[in-house]
Amino acid sequence: MTIRQQILYLWLAEGALDTETVGWAFHDGTGGKGPQLPVAEPPYPTGLAALEQGWFLIQSPAPYPLYPGAEHEVSYLANEFVFERRIEL
Amino acid sequence: MPATNHKLTTQEMARFVADGFLRFDALIPDAINQHIIPELRLLESNKINQIFGQPTDPGGPPQPASLTPLSQCYPAPSVLGAMLNLPAVRGIIESLVGPDPRFDHDFVHRLSAGSMHHQHLHVDAVVDSADPTFDIQLFYFPQDVAPDAGGTRFVPGTHLRRTRAEGVSRYQHLLGEHQYRGTAGTLMVFHHGLWHAGQPNPSDVDRWMYKIRLNPSVSQTKRWNTEDFEHIHNDASDHTFALMRHDSVAQILRTMQPWQKGHESRYEQMQRARLWRYLSCDPSFDVDYYHTRIEQRGRLAEEQH
Repeated sequence: MTIRQQILYLWLAEGALDTETVGWAFHDGTGGKGPQLPVAEPPYPTGLAALEQGWFLIQSPAPYPLYPGAEHEVSYLANEFVFERRIEL
Repeated sequence: MPATNHKLTTQEMARFVADGFLRFDALIPDAINQHIIPELRLLESNKINQIFGQPTDPGGPPQPASLTPLSQCYPAPSVLGAMLNLPAVRGIIESLVGPDPRFDHDFVHRLSAGSMHHQHLHVDAVVDSADPTFDIQLFYFPQDVAPDAGGTRFVPGTHLRRTRAEGVSRYQHLLGEHQYRGTAGTLMVFHHGLWHAGQPNPSDVDRWMYKIRLNPSVSQTKRWNTEDFEHIHNDASDHTFALMRHDSVAQILRTMQPWQKGHESRYEQMQRARLWRYLSCDPSFDVDYYHTRIEQRGRLAEEQH
């Protein structure tokens, strides 16, 4: 038996795991042999929905101190949650 | 469409500030679209040869150097020059970056039929300065581009995010992203900060696109057709949580993209308001009072010193 990792990034509307998915990325360590996800639409409507479908949260964004003078800047999407599931091949 | 004098309207300018792009379908006439491909082919090969130190074809259009005024680029009988000199194209350019901007660079993006090459999302050049000035990039498609035939992918509303090019490659998909498709002669104009990416072309037709980046050489303040300016330019009291207008620039700048949700959109509004202050030459302009509230208190603190 071989185990391979699938990684799912979800960018959510806010810092809470149950807010709406606004961006996503999928990286498949099974080379296509494991279960797949839809591409053209968010695979899960929220981060919580991903948990309910068997994904394990491995990273969530921590609040960070704001740089003086840059409090109102916009930059990368802040609410990045990373999930994994392990697939037996 | 641009106004009768070919300049953009205030409403269109506000949409550019909000979305980071404008699109003009079939703006370039077929008389140009149907004759430009041979010139683009020569320009493409000459650019590549020049990069690799190889001899260039003297029959190709003379390649402009960076900083050249646009009016001196691609002189007649260049078809490319004729396209850039169309009154409708000049009106769009002048509205956004003023008269006779500087040539930055250009490139012919040809995707061969069947090419599966794809790019990650990126921002061109390097992370930018914090001031609100901007360059524009024209994307010209001389031929029809069918759905999924290599049209450029881009994410409206990303242009004011200060990021590094490689940092945004992690976003495979964002709600509301576009993939270009359209009829021959369509021109899109991007703020230089808009996230975009080339896509595969599984079709059996080569996809041609010409891109040119232009730098303003004068202030970008009120270069457009301002006939509608007084009517829709609002003052700082236009505030969703107090009294708001529904026919103002602020209302256009409040319109968010599908990926811009929650409280994050307030910071987008602040950045858009900042850009509109520069374009309109109104340092008191605001959308929903976010700048004004803070600036008023800041003045009180300064008075104590």
